[in-house]
Amino acid sequence: MKRFLRPLINGILRENPILVLMIGLCPVLAVSSAAINGIYMGLAATFVLVGSNLIISIIRRFVPDQIRIPIFITIIATFVTIVDMVMHAYAPDMYNILGIFIPLIVVNCIILGRAEAFAYHNGVIESLGDGIGMGLGFTLILVVLGGIRELLGNGTLFGFQVMPIAYKPVLLMILPPGAFLTIGFLQALQRYRGGKG
Amino acid sequence: MDDRFYVSAPPHIRTRYDAKYIMRQVTVALIPPTIAGIVFFGIRAVLVLLISVLSSILWQRLVLFVKGEKRALDGSEVVTGLLLALNLSPLVPWWIPIVGTFIAIVLAKELFGGLGFNIFNPALIARAFLLVSWPMEMTTWMSPFNGVTQATPLTFLKLQHTYTPYINLFLGNRGGCIGETSVLALLIGAGYLFFRGVIDWKIPVPYVLTVGVLALAFKQDPLFHIMAGGLILGAFFMATDYTTTPITKLGRIIFGISCGVITILIRLFGGYPEGVSFSILFMNAMTPLLDRWTIPKPFGYKTLRRNV
Amino acid sequence: MLAHFLLLFIGALLVNNILLIKFIALCSFFGVSNSMSTSIGMGMAVTFVMVLASSVSWILWHFILVPLHLEFLQISSFILTIAALVQFVELFLKKNSPTLYRSMGIYLPLITTNCAILAVAFINVSSNFSFIESIVYAIGVSGGYTLAIVMFAGIRERMASAPIPRAFQGYPIAFVTASLMSLAFLGFKGLFGL
Repeated sequence: MKRFLRPLINGILRENPILVLMIGLCPVLAVSSAAINGIYMGLAATFVLVGSNLIISIIRRFVPDQIRIPIFITIIATFVTIVDMVMHAYAPDMYNILGIFIPLIVVNCIILGRAEAFAYHNGVIESLGDGIGMGLGFTLILVVLGGIRELLGNGTLFGFQVMPIAYKPVLLMILPPGAFLTIGFLQALQRYRGGKG
Repeated sequence: MDDRFYVSAPPHIRTRYDAKYIMRQVTVALIPPTIAGIVFFGIRAVLVLLISVLSSILWQRLVLFVKGEKRALDGSEVVTGLLLALNLSPLVPWWIPIVGTFIAIVLAKELFGGLGFNIFNPALIARAFLLVSWPMEMTTWMSPFNGVTQATPLTFLKLQHTYTPYINLFLGNRGGCIGETSVLALLIGAGYLFFRGVIDWKIPVPYVLTVGVLALAFKQDPLFHIMAGGLILGAFFMATDYTTTPITKLGRIIFGISCGVITILIRLFGGYPEGVSFSILFMNAMTPLLDRWTIPKPFGYKTLRRNV
Repeated sequence: MLAHFLLLFIGALLVNNILLIKFIALCSFFGVSNSMSTSIGMGMAVTFVMVLASSVSWILWHFILVPLHLEFLQISSFILTIAALVQFVELFLKKNSPTLYRSMGIYLPLITTNCAILAVAFINVSSNFSFIESIVYAIGVSGGYTLAIVMFAGIRERMASAPIPRAFQGYPIAFVTASLMSLAFLGFKGLFGL
């Protein structure tokens, strides 16, 4: 159980891919204009991450070292294709909102990075834990970021009116500059707390 | 005996042109447009100006307090607050200038290291931020003297294709931001800055000329495009900011011409009626590149061919 | 016709700037913008590969995948084609043009996972671009990429000596800068109705 839990918690907190490792940024900024988008995007990426981590940790003993990257990419692309088709069929509205960022999961550095750095060197259970942890860490940031931007930029949270009616939403927050601004301040906050503790 | 030798590090001779002096001159130069704004828009303009300048000073003091710095204010926050107010409609709600000066002082200036290190013009960042966030509040204009809402000359042109008479543009009897309407008052202020040597011709003149020439090229009235909107205010008071514009002569001329091109592009083909603030912001971001690529060559200087 | 291409180009270059408005390829935007020379090299490499990859993927889609009803292989085949293409370009340049290889060779491996290349290939397909249109679009997008990353590098080099508050040094202030640049680019919104 510990072999499963440690990489899982590590992924959510200590080595959070976005805030600490600074990889996989594009979808985070692009789809975080509302909290609900974050959940869908995060779960899609988590599915791919868990699936590819799992398969790679199973077959890692048979993969020749020289051609491992193309093999990883093929495995990841397969899972991305599955997500792409499933979302297209069952959640078409969300599929349109997330748009090109679903197929682009295939080049998301987090997934190839975890395959190379973790799943290729660890057992099935650890890789499963790592995949879920990293995926949830990614989802968490997406939802937090989307929540902040939606709250300030639209006065709602998951579509429900939260701010008083008199509040004038800062439209900029749900536009591109707001995404850069929010993540910059989140990082500064995290650094400020890290510097103290 | 010991007092005979005064030991200090060079430079030993200083001019009086320090940040405080410059800021004082700019404040003086902004007095004519401020008065014109108050004459045309009355008590609303006074309120916006007061809230903006006071909140600007307040934010600056707050930043110094949080940073634990005990230095006197350099006067730049008064200029920023004043410039922002001159760039706002007299009808904005009371909280707009307060949010705006926060954006200008904290986000655009102090986060980047304070005066002299900011990349973008703080007042313009604040204006663009406000315009993008609250388009309704930022674009409700009033007609001079009577407080009735009225569109600006550029909006009239964009939506109804009607030109405002020159005399109204020149004196300032038209809708618009508090400080941008009276070309006469702005030119008096700009003339003072020229006379004092605070600004030079290398950015504003190419900027204004480019707008005129391009307007003519697109079969529009050049004089109208020069006097309408915030061009005179932007070209003489914002595109001449020392920190956010190039240092080299060629760089400054390119800066001015490019601002003119972008302004006309946005005015004639863009989504916004006015492009002065966005064009200057865009060129602010280009400034480090312009400075780098236009370093003048010393006489007789040859580049050595690299050994391959 | 020419006006149509010009609009496509300007739209990709300024109005929908790939880095600042569409948020694609941000890893490289923050990763290699520390110095001007690396960002210029990266911009050149991206331009070169993007034009090449757009044409190759266009041919792949219209002459192989669609006729054989293999559309579902789009993601896998595009990424593998682009990865192979980059490898090939690297080998080719190394052998035939050492000067060009020196100026952009080291950036080529980074480009395999540059999402802008793949994104443009997907957009070409989903927008039903003709061959020429997709080339023009690729030039516009990569031009916008180069413009934004070189501007950003210039600003970051200037900021290196600024007394920025401690919590904001490094990445946080880079994000704030990107935010303000993005705000400046928003001024182009609606240009020519784009």
